[in-house]
Amino acid sequence: MKKAIASIAFGLMAASFVATGASAQATLASVKQKGYLTCGSNTGLAGFGLPDAQGNWTGLDVEFCRAIAAAIFDDPTKVRFIPLSAKDRFTALQSGEVDVLSRNSTVTMSRDTQLGLDFPAVNYFDGQGFMVRKKLGISSAKELNGASICTQQGTTTELNLADYFRANNMKYEVVAFATSDETFKAYDAGRCDAFTTDASGLYSERLRASNPDDHIVLPEIISKEPLGPAVRHGDNQWGDIVRWTHNAMLDAEELGVTKANVDQMKGSDNPEIKRLLGTEGKFGEAVGLTNDWAYRIVKHVGNYGESFERNVGEGSKLKIKRGLNAQWTKGGLQYGLPVR
Amino acid sequence: MQSVVSPTSPPKRSFLYDPNVRGIFYQVLLICVVGYLFYMAATNVVENLQRAKIASGFGFLDVTAGFDISQTLVPFSAAGSTYRDAFIVGLLNTLIVSAIGIVFATILGFTIGIARLSTNWMVAKVAMVYVELLRNIPLLLQLLFWYIAVLGPLPQPRDSFQLGAGFFLNSRGLFMPRPVYGADIWAVVAAFAIGIVGTVLFRRYAKRQQEATGRQYRVGFVSLALIIGLPVATWIVLALASVNPVSFDMPQKGTFNLRGGMQILPEFVALLVGLVTYTAAFIAEVVRAGILAVSKGQTEAANSLGLKSGQTLRLVVIPQAMRVIIPPLTSQYLNLTKNSSLAVAVGYPDLVQVFMGTVLNQTGQAVEVVMITMGVYLTISLVTSFVMNIYNRRVAIVER
Repeated sequence: MKKAIASIAFGLMAASFVATGASAQATLASVKQKGYLTCGSNTGLAGFGLPDAQGNWTGLDVEFCRAIAAAIFDDPTKVRFIPLSAKDRFTALQSGEVDVLSRNSTVTMSRDTQLGLDFPAVNYFDGQGFMVRKKLGISSAKELNGASICTQQGTTTELNLADYFRANNMKYEVVAFATSDETFKAYDAGRCDAFTTDASGLYSERLRASNPDDHIVLPEIISKEPLGPAVRHGDNQWGDIVRWTHNAMLDAEELGVTKANVDQMKGSDNPEIKRLLGTEGKFGEAVGLTNDWAYRIVKHVGNYGESFERNVGEGSKLKIKRGLNAQWTKGGLQYGLPVR
Repeated sequence: MQSVVSPTSPPKRSFLYDPNVRGIFYQVLLICVVGYLFYMAATNVVENLQRAKIASGFGFLDVTAGFDISQTLVPFSAAGSTYRDAFIVGLLNTLIVSAIGIVFATILGFTIGIARLSTNWMVAKVAMVYVELLRNIPLLLQLLFWYIAVLGPLPQPRDSFQLGAGFFLNSRGLFMPRPVYGADIWAVVAAFAIGIVGTVLFRRYAKRQQEATGRQYRVGFVSLALIIGLPVATWIVLALASVNPVSFDMPQKGTFNLRGGMQILPEFVALLVGLVTYTAAFIAEVVRAGILAVSKGQTEAANSLGLKSGQTLRLVVIPQAMRVIIPPLTSQYLNLTKNSSLAVAVGYPDLVQVFMGTVLNQTGQAVEVVMITMGVYLTISLVTSFVMNIYNRRVAIVER
């Protein structure tokens, strides 16, 4: 972990001598000047951020960065992904090493107010759960008294775990690791009885187990984990771009605009679609983009529903149901703010 | 006037050309420049943090931590402990693994260093292979090897290896009976203290006798009997009188883990073994160099006086070799302490893992946390080298 220390130390030095590497209002201009977006991503979480066999990054969080790149450059490939562990992620964003952090990070008040960050959107509503081996024969998290539990350090998970066992008056032994990879390996090797992280992460990590069918996810969800992209506090224009990228993807789904039919939809008479795709109004210019910004997003990446199904839903190995992440019209919490 | 300023100097040319004045001027200038750079860096950090709306200051140390730590030498719980407590827990974990590591690395290193110089071909080659193998593989890989390949495959708690009564070994660590001290434990402690005092007095007496009469006593045997034998005897007498000074809390099989007893975490063992075996390889080389630095004539002289080879090594060679060994040995101790920060890789909660990992991330106060951590390692290193320098002065050659 000397590397992590070195990178933090370097970040601090950079922060102390460079007058303003991460100055307010400058992110969009610096991204345009560089010609690509730097996106802090997971070190490897199937369905959210993982390089495939060819080295292409895939996943829901990865596609969110691609959507931002599409809106700015009309090219979803103009993104450089920087894999970050839970421990290093916020420092990397604070020090300007990444432009946006799209790495299943939970939005909390202290992170929003004390770390110099802003969370413009929630792109996945999640909650923390537990995974155990089937042969232990337990069916509820309430039976975990005395268990050893593997978790990743520097996460809300670590705190919720302590809260849950304290609230239920149970004992446990925590074994914390720096990266999700080390954490899951330790669980898989039998160091712990249970593995805990966000429920989506449990399904994703289970795929990596030496024998996925040996493990079950317990039914209890012990916390609220609204996961979303983060940007540096103070650059409101950049925060707007990230916020409206998410909303454009939601609105497109709600209005039935998909990757396949977006060109056709450009000719639609529906005023909402016209405003979204930029054939009416000048919404894109107001945030420093072109007016067809949302068209570009849907054209290159697709709407939220498409991205969800492709990466974590029925079209993926994870087979996660939409649940809380369904459109508000279908009983979920995803509610696209109007482009107007 | 001139004679007052410098009575011995030749007729003065100019104040500006005085080399002393110039020297002082440049020194002061350098200090000012360095000081200014530090001042600029510090104010710049503060300004940038404020502009970025990142919390700063050391107030976070008193905030409740809200997470748990696997190995705590002082009581720690998510319920009431603060980040300061987490810092202390991490610091103690670093200190204990370093202290134990230094002791074992020294013993193993000296053994292997001497073995490398053995006249027995087999012993010398085995020691050489050990040194070359361990010092040429990165420590991080060795730690992962011990943790994943050696300790990982140990059985699950339900199928623990039982090593004698109350000792269990499984993937959760080594479990052993935990001593619970009764009210009468003071008798055993007192016996131990008497044993130590007795040993010191006896050694002094034996030395004086030897110098006066040449008669030798079995100092080692008597010391052992006093320090170990006396407390054990006291214990047995107390136990026979059925006032048991110590009872044992035995580990029991629970639903998941073993309950009760004392547990040594596999993370701790992996880190300790990794640090000890790695550092011992370097210490072995230091020791070998030290011994080879003692001229062969010393050994020959000792032999001709009739000293046995063990005595030659212990009384003649090693004391002289120590002068050469101590300074590089100090560096190895410092390395071991600093290398203990690789604990992060195997999940051992040392200072870096707990404080620079979890605390930094939960509070987001990177500048403060990194500064404190650097300060701590600097302090530990300076104290270690201070102590070793005192020892070095004692063993250093005294010119007559």
